[in-house]
Amino acid sequence: MASIHNAVLDLKRLDLLANGNSSIHRLDARAKVLVTLIFTICVVSNDRYELTALFPFFIFPVAMISLANLPPLFIMKKIALLCPFVVAVGIFNPVFDRVIILQLGSIGISGGWISFASIMARSTLTVGAAFILVASTGFTAVCQALEGLGMPKVFAVQLLFLYRYIFVLTEESGRASRARELRSCGKKGQGIHSFGSLVGHLLLRTWQRAERIHMAMLARGFTGAFHASRQSRFGIPEIRFVLAWSALFIFLRFQNASQLLGSLVTGLFP
Amino acid sequence: MHMADALLSPAVGGAMWAVSAGTIAYCSAKVRAELDDSKIPLMGVLGAFIFAAQMINFTIPVTGSSGHLGGGLILAILLGPYAAFLTIASVLMVQALFFADGGLLALGCNIFNLGFFPAFIAYPLLYKKIIGAQPTATRISVAAMIAAIAGLQMGAFGVVLETIVSGVSSLPFSTFVVMMQPIHLAIGIVEGLVTASVVSFVYKARPEIMQSALNARPIGNHPVRKIVLAFLAAAVVTGGIISLLASENPDGLEWAIAKVTGHNELKEPENALHGSLKVLQEKIAILPDYSLKKPAEATKDKLQPEAVQNHPSAKPETKSETPKNPAGTTVSGLAGGAITLGLAFLIGFILKRRNQNGTS
Repeated sequence: MASIHNAVLDLKRLDLLANGNSSIHRLDARAKVLVTLIFTICVVSNDRYELTALFPFFIFPVAMISLANLPPLFIMKKIALLCPFVVAVGIFNPVFDRVIILQLGSIGISGGWISFASIMARSTLTVGAAFILVASTGFTAVCQALEGLGMPKVFAVQLLFLYRYIFVLTEESGRASRARELRSCGKKGQGIHSFGSLVGHLLLRTWQRAERIHMAMLARGFTGAFHASRQSRFGIPEIRFVLAWSALFIFLRFQNASQLLGSLVTGLFP
Repeated sequence: MHMADALLSPAVGGAMWAVSAGTIAYCSAKVRAELDDSKIPLMGVLGAFIFAAQMINFTIPVTGSSGHLGGGLILAILLGPYAAFLTIASVLMVQALFFADGGLLALGCNIFNLGFFPAFIAYPLLYKKIIGAQPTATRISVAAMIAAIAGLQMGAFGVVLETIVSGVSSLPFSTFVVMMQPIHLAIGIVEGLVTASVVSFVYKARPEIMQSALNARPIGNHPVRKIVLAFLAAAVVTGGIISLLASENPDGLEWAIAKVTGHNELKEPENALHGSLKVLQEKIAILPDYSLKKPAEATKDKLQPEAVQNHPSAKPETKSETPKNPAGTTVSGLAGGAITLGLAFLIGFILKRRNQNGTS
């Protein structure tokens, strides 16, 4: 899949973003993981017909992108590729739910369209939050944070290994795939038979690589865990960060800030 | 067929998180206990291999479209269920963080749908049973095909159940099932075909790899049923707690009553009952859901004039309900929403300016 190749390029770019140095980057990863989780739960716990109450939540991704100096266009482009499954499922809401629940002048808007818009807003917010987390923290630090929050060591090691070798192996298989394409003019020979042995060979080579890696690691005294060089602390800035954002999210979850502001404005100009 | 945050309720998402986290902990303990150190780098590199193999396409004979390796079943065949489950979970986590496949809350669902079914149901109960003690090339192909299809069917059904129970989508259960299962039958056949061809190749080239995976300790003294029951209990408990914390129940029953009967005859008792229930709920819920029954109230408002004519006594109630009603669905709400969005971006812009001034 060419899109996987592009995705790997994107992955490298996201990974590089984590090397930035900003007040957000410097925070302990655990704080950012916690805030992202609280954010996600507050967003998805809204009622299915909730749309305007979701808008104030955009302050979180926007503020994080600004404070962490992330490229807004790149992040937006990534979010815009909304998960196709969500769109495919959400688009059925207007079909099955046609009770009009909002009148805008003469146009009646059905509950289905409102809940569809709500699903899209949720998707943007939650997917955006995940991207921002990894772009401002880095995968390694996210793994270490999760380990600090109770994830088993074996699984943390697994995640770090996987991440390290994605880049190596995708390049290798990209080369193999290109070589086969060049040799199979007119698309003949790209069927299941050559595929089976191509992927099979790749698998065997991967296997041998794993055996070599294991021996190299044993020679260097591997006992089943990685040791991180940088130990960050969960200090006062982290506590402030977590408390401030969680308080805001919980306030926004209780109070529809859009509604408050809207009734203020429409009350001023009746 | 990744599940996504946007379609999930916190109760379902949290419950599936608990289940998947529990399974990860259990499998980690298992892998540690087997003390097969060489498996650790193997798991990591094979996880990366799944990403790499997905870059290689093949042409599907009849349709002419292209397919590629899925992953769950082949990992189970090569690594055994415990290590395979951990590997699939790690692959899904990278996909959730980097490729926008679902989101963080949906990770629990995805790990369960795409990891648990192939590793703990399709592999031990179908694949291993079919190939038996003396595997042959044909047996391996048939077993891979059947196990891949069954695993994906169960995973797709998991997605359907999670979506329906969450209640964000309006798709009726039957329609959703009829849509999902045939699509995943096709995907399952492709996955089975690919898995069979790669596994048969490995079996011919290095039979000892397959043999060692087969000889890896069987599920042993922890029958699958026990594990499933334990995790089911964990799911129920977590789901219950979370739904108490954040009751986002759109009050489907009441809404259905509103749609079926029209309000007038049910109105009085419903208000009384609902009023006391609401007071109760506000007392017990830590996150009281103030917008509990918006759709029902919105339709009720349209019916209100008749009600007022019929029962003048209903008037004060109408007044007291109106300001509460429109949480997400009024014009002033929309106007306020637009302003809030604008404000959010303005704040972001100011922060960025300040940030740049600060650093430069």
